[in-house]
Amino acid sequence: MELVFDSNLDAVRGGLADLLDSGPLCAMEADARGTAEIVLAEVFNNVVEHAYATRQGRIKVCLKNHPDGVLVTVIDSGSPFPQQQLPQGLLPEINAWDDLPEGGFGWYLIRSQVRHLSYQREGKHNRLTFCLPY
Amino acid sequence: MNITAKAHEDLILVTVGEDRIDAACAIQFKERMRELTQAPSSRVILDLSTVAFLDSSGLGAVVAVMKLLGPDRKLELSGLTPTVAKVFHLTRMDTVFTIHPSLPDGLQKAG
Repeated sequence: MELVFDSNLDAVRGGLADLLDSGPLCAMEADARGTAEIVLAEVFNNVVEHAYATRQGRIKVCLKNHPDGVLVTVIDSGSPFPQQQLPQGLLPEINAWDDLPEGGFGWYLIRSQVRHLSYQREGKHNRLTFCLPY
Repeated sequence: MNITAKAHEDLILVTVGEDRIDAACAIQFKERMRELTQAPSSRVILDLSTVAFLDSSGLGAVVAVMKLLGPDRKLELSGLTPTVAKVFHLTRMDTVFTIHPSLPDGLQKAG
């Protein structure tokens, strides 16, 4: 399954719904499908808010069945990750009430739930691949 | 954004009528919550039973609302659906909030 949508948050909602309602993700059990939605939402929001922070573009997603789960490839033509490396994604520390973290959860959620995560900068494109376990 | 509130003595019950709290609506959610919790109360219960999905931006907005309420007012959550509960659990934010499986007695259907 292949899908292309625009890099804005409303289009991300539509793209997520399309990906979850058909193809390999639709066939997943509820818990795995919920995890898939969490991970994909974080990946797409990240592309919109960081790779395409200063301009609009398109996000292309391919889904394929794989022995370990659904293999996802996300391609965009936005800015590369700093140092061409994915964020470490450490879980923000929970401190005092008035210092609770309001962000920084995204890459932790992604890294904790996927397998075979990899990133390449290919010319002017970012290519992120990972496997969503069944 | 469809969010409504009803006062019950010393408590404000806020009911979210949306199926998502995500990056596309996190700012509106926070602003609406700020308006709805203006009146004084010692507790605020946020009924999330119709919210099927919350992303990290939505989670950040819920945390921000907790901070807005100040140290002496509690934000309690109710009716987390499975995917929403998973986000709270994975980020350990389930240790920060009082979470009710469903609305406490006396509040059900009252809002």
